[in-house]
Order: sequence, then C-alpha cells, then structure tokens
Amino acid sequence: MVRESSIMKIHYYTGLAAIVLVAIHILFRLTVPEGYSASLEYENVIANYKNISYSLVLELILVTVAIHGFNGLRVILLELRQGDGWESAVKWLCIAGAVAVIVYGTRTILLASMMG
Amino acid sequence: MAKRVKIRVFRYNPAHDTDARYDEFEVEAERWTTVLDALLYIKAHKDHSIALRYSCRMASCGSCGMLINGIPRLACYTKVYELGSDVVTCRPLPNFPIIRDLAADFTAFFAKHKSMKPYIINEVAESIDGREFIQKPEEVEKYLQFSYCIKCGLCYAACPTVATDRRFPGPQALAQMYRYLIDSRDKATDERLRIVDDRHGVWRCHFAGSCSMVCPKGVDPALGIQLLRAYLLGMNRDSKVVAELYRREPK
Repeated sequence: MVRESSIMKIHYYTGLAAIVLVAIHILFRLTVPEGYSASLEYENVIANYKNISYSLVLELILVTVAIHGFNGLRVILLELRQGDGWESAVKWLCIAGAVAVIVYGTRTILLASMMG
Repeated sequence: MAKRVKIRVFRYNPAHDTDARYDEFEVEAERWTTVLDALLYIKAHKDHSIALRYSCRMASCGSCGMLINGIPRLACYTKVYELGSDVVTCRPLPNFPIIRDLAADFTAFFAKHKSMKPYIINEVAESIDGREFIQKPEEVEKYLQFSYCIKCGLCYAACPTVATDRRFPGPQALAQMYRYLIDSRDKATDERLRIVDDRHGVWRCHFAGSCSMVCPKGVDPALGIQLLRAYLLGMNRDSKVVAELYRREPK
C-alpha cells in the first residue's frame, strides 16, 4: 500500500510542476510576435501541436494537473465522510477519473498534432 | 469596582432532554473574578444542578475548558472583565460529545492521545543502571514547548479538521507525537512515523492555526504538525541525533 507521505509528495511536486509549466505556457502565449489575441486563433493553436517540445509541455500540464486535481478531490472527499467502503470508492474513482482525463487529453493532443 | 454580568449557561442532558437551552444568571463580578468563579458561585447559590468539570483553578490541570463567548478557553484562566462584555455565554467544548451541560466527554480525545504512544521508547533505557541520557540545551529546546501541554482539549475543540474528520488525531495528539519523535532519548522514529503517515493523519491538517491561538499554555501545535510533516518529507531528518547513556562521574 502506498504511504500517504508518498502520495502527498507527488501532490506537492505536481502542484509545483504545474505552476512552472502553466507559467511557460502563458509566457509562450504572451511572447508570440503577432500578439496574444492572434496566438489564440485556430490556426495558431493547431500549429502549436506540431511543435513536439510544446506538445510535450501541454502533455505534462495535463498529467500534472490531473494528478494534482484528482488527489485534491480525494482529500476533500475523505474529509467529507469517513468509512472503509467510502474511502475505497473515493480512491478508485479518483484514480479512474485521473486516468480518463489523461487518456482523453492525450488523445486530443495526438490528434491535433497529426492534423494536416 | 464590581459590575453585574449575565452568565448564560448551556443546559443539556442527553439522557433526558430533547433540546438544549440556556439558563441565565446575574452575578457580581470583581476585576479578579474568573468565569469559573462565577460558575461556582452560581452552582453554590443559584442552581446546584449545573454540571461542569474543574479541579486546580490555576490553569494546570486543564479540566475546565469550555466555549466562552465563542472561543475555547479555560474558565479558571479567563477573567470576566477581560471578555469586555456584560454577557458571558458558556457552552461545552465543540468536537466533544456532551456528558451534561458544560461537561464534555474526553474518551475519544484521550484515546487518540494514547494512540500516539506518548512516552519514550528506547530499549537502552530499560537497563539504565545508574547512567543517564545527556541532552544538550538545544536538543531540549526542540521539544520543550510541546511538553507544556496539559491536555485541556482547547486546541482539539478549535480544530476545523477534527470537526469534519472524526478519524483525524487532532492537534494535541499530533503535537505530542512530534514532542516524542524529536526527543533525542526516543528511538522509535519509524514506528511513530507509521502511525501518523495515514490518510487521516498528519497530512489532513489545513494549517488554520486556531489550535495555537487558543492554547492557554503557549504551545504551538500547528508548528509541531508542520515540523512533523517536514520530517516525513525528509526536510529536517538531520535535526535528530539519538542520545547515548553516560555515567555521571562524581566530582
């Protein structure tokens, strides 16, 4: 069984990593020569996915935010109610939720990067 | 100069009453009158059926904790004048089951304290044989303030996590865990860390800090909990050096 301290270490590290990665993501948006608004236009957004490094940043944001967010939700739900059945259900639902979000988001990143 | 104050006392007997109520009493309060003095005056002269727990009357035993004007305090350590109000409302401590009126049930609180193994664990101490552990002043400093805890339960009553998570040990128990963990005479570090490294353990503290605000002995349980977390994260592991036994040589 995974110790709570190991889970919380992951929680803190993913939180810190998410801050750094989202900051990089925002900086990319702010520093494009055409300006911030132009960077959000459809063609420019799709073009981002063609850049492997940038796609990797987006994938890392997806993974870190999903893990951090669903663990945060687990902590809130554990505090809301106690009981072995409830706690087991919360654990597996949160793991399933995080996996589902990561799989769906990765699929989106891959599809966008392969668009012609 | 004495002033007249209204003391509102929470009345509830779970064995008989369906609803709680407040009984109101007028008492004369001098500058030195504590809330416990006022309650004992009421009990002696106006209504002897009020249930409350008290013993030492000098903030040493931790028996007379109650919610006074919305804040957990020791009744013997709270003067009526310092409350700055003509109405003093006394309720039993929150987060504790009520036995009757102002008397709260500390069974779960003490069970959580006991589960932290609040004693030195060191097999060497069993064969101490005239020797003693020598601790440097800086080693004593690490746990000294936490050893001032009188187990009055005020921090436990003020804790928002205890209010929602009945399995959370509470600030008192966790601070005591740190007190023994960091004591250089104790060798059960891993055993202790396993107890608090639980999904309802030390990680569930929100660091509201209300425990430290209400402690009548100046203990900072919130600090103890953060230091315990830091220890679990490996941030201050070097801070503990296990003491060895020495024989004090006669001068």
